[in-house]
Amino acid sequence: MGATIVEKIFSRKCGSDIRAGEVVMTPIDGAMIHDITGPLAIQKFHEMGGEHVFDPKRVIMLFDHQIPADSLEAAKIHQYMRTFAAEQGIHNYDINEGVCHQVVLEKGRAAPGEIMVGADSHTCMYGAVGAFATGIGSTDMGFALKFGALYFKVPETIRVEVSGRFQKCVGAKDLILAIAADIGADGATYQAIEFTGKTIEKLDMAGRMTCCNMAIEMGAKAGIVPPDKVTWEYMKGRRKMKPFDLASDDDATFAEKRTYNVADLEPQVAVPHNVDQGVPVSKVAGTHIDQVFIGSCTNGRYEDLKEAAEVLGKKKFHAGTRVLIIPASRDEYLKALENGLVERFVKAGALVEAPCCGPCMGGSFGLLAPGEVCLSTSNRNFKGRQGSTEAFVYLCSAATAAASAMKGEITDPREV
Amino acid sequence: MSAKKTSTVKTMIVDLYPRTKNMRVWKFGDNIDTDAIIPGRFLTINNPDELAKHAFEGTRDEFAKRVKDGDVIIGGKNFGCGSSREHAPLALLGGGVHVVLAKSFARIFFRNAINVGVLPVVCHDTDKIADGAKITLDLKKGYAEVDGKKLAIEPVLPFMQGIIDAGGLVEYARNLKEVPVCTKSRR
Repeated sequence: MGATIVEKIFSRKCGSDIRAGEVVMTPIDGAMIHDITGPLAIQKFHEMGGEHVFDPKRVIMLFDHQIPADSLEAAKIHQYMRTFAAEQGIHNYDINEGVCHQVVLEKGRAAPGEIMVGADSHTCMYGAVGAFATGIGSTDMGFALKFGALYFKVPETIRVEVSGRFQKCVGAKDLILAIAADIGADGATYQAIEFTGKTIEKLDMAGRMTCCNMAIEMGAKAGIVPPDKVTWEYMKGRRKMKPFDLASDDDATFAEKRTYNVADLEPQVAVPHNVDQGVPVSKVAGTHIDQVFIGSCTNGRYEDLKEAAEVLGKKKFHAGTRVLIIPASRDEYLKALENGLVERFVKAGALVEAPCCGPCMGGSFGLLAPGEVCLSTSNRNFKGRQGSTEAFVYLCSAATAAASAMKGEITDPREV
Repeated sequence: MSAKKTSTVKTMIVDLYPRTKNMRVWKFGDNIDTDAIIPGRFLTINNPDELAKHAFEGTRDEFAKRVKDGDVIIGGKNFGCGSSREHAPLALLGGGVHVVLAKSFARIFFRNAINVGVLPVVCHDTDKIADGAKITLDLKKGYAEVDGKKLAIEPVLPFMQGIIDAGGLVEYARNLKEVPVCTKSRR
């Protein structure tokens, strides 16, 4: 009987046949901590009697949620983590590089076939390069830092097969919002979602990251795209490794198979207050918006900014709409700068901020007042997540966000 | 980082049993996310007692004011979805909540809860439990009793039970020098 890509990753790692449902103490290839969950993880590491982390080269540390330190508390947290990094010999990207998941992939810290953990739920994004990656809490992270291994219940896999060509102004974010609406907020709990099919094969790395990033929004433990030419091309210059085959066997046992065709897919918008509330943009077009956020690990890459700039053209954003644009990393920011996007956004009336999580988690700036509405390219629209519990967050692609920012109301990007 | 040391190193599961009789129920619905349990703006706090002051702030303000040691949270499906913040179970623990009963749990919350010493218990009949009701749990026999009605609860996975028996993951890991990698546990 064949195996799924996830079963193969665990089996390779342990050198024995491992199947979904089995609970295995598995070595990890890397562990990521940031400024929100990191301090507690370090504290737990110490409480567990940890003295030296399992391998400083495999620990990734950076600050992205509350940077530059936006409170005395945040400043102390950064200081605490810096000290730990120096003591342990961990390379700390500090506040310089951007949002954790984007940085992990850009710096080649995750690779095909690897097992990665991160103290952040969107760690599942590293599945875009064919890694098995999952978000964990701080105590599990303390354990992982001490032992370089963690208990995993090897998940079953939902195989998603996508075919068809996207219409203009429709892409990966619309696809994943539609899939989330179909599978539901808990439809993939404890399972992995494997993205396959012609449409995925043609999808660039940015789009694959968007899809895998949001696997958690269906409760999934991981999202994964089998490594192919696009993946190995992305890994070039990031990690010295020879391409190898890694894919599910056709006769593997899947929890479920789902097929989607994107040919008729409209731009999607997830309405408040759950991510699985995706609807075609036409259903909510005309909704007044106060703020637009283009950024986050989900959609803050150069490709997203370019998509927004193309919709914008030489026009201006709506005068009554606050537009925040935050590239996901220093690299993405530089690409946007070098290609004139930042200048165009600023001239159009947007605030372009330095790479960070921004208003996505509502822990820092860009918060919403009661009654306000934000259209966001991020990953969650939970009640209160971006400020007041009486505010409303809608999720969409960068194209839809840009078109709507121009009109001051939710707008179909195909119509501007 | 809060200068105050957390009070939860040696947590409760072990001393849970005396607290499982006639506990007050706080009823919540489906898809209760960790942003609702503890909003992002409070995540610079790591102390459970301090976190508890902001639990469900903005969505159910009376909770933080009135929650008492031993109270139980009842959820619908997908309890604890969203962010991996361990501050969520810690905020509940700080308020004295040691048990959450729900139809299903989001994966990361489920693990975090066990790791910090809040017991997540799966019960498919939480619709039959009203807010404010008194609940008695018999974890060994596997049932919850509300208003004289017995409701079935699911047992915990054996490998998780090991962590629970140790009193949480910290205690489990404290005296281990290394772990047996690539060994399979019972499911």
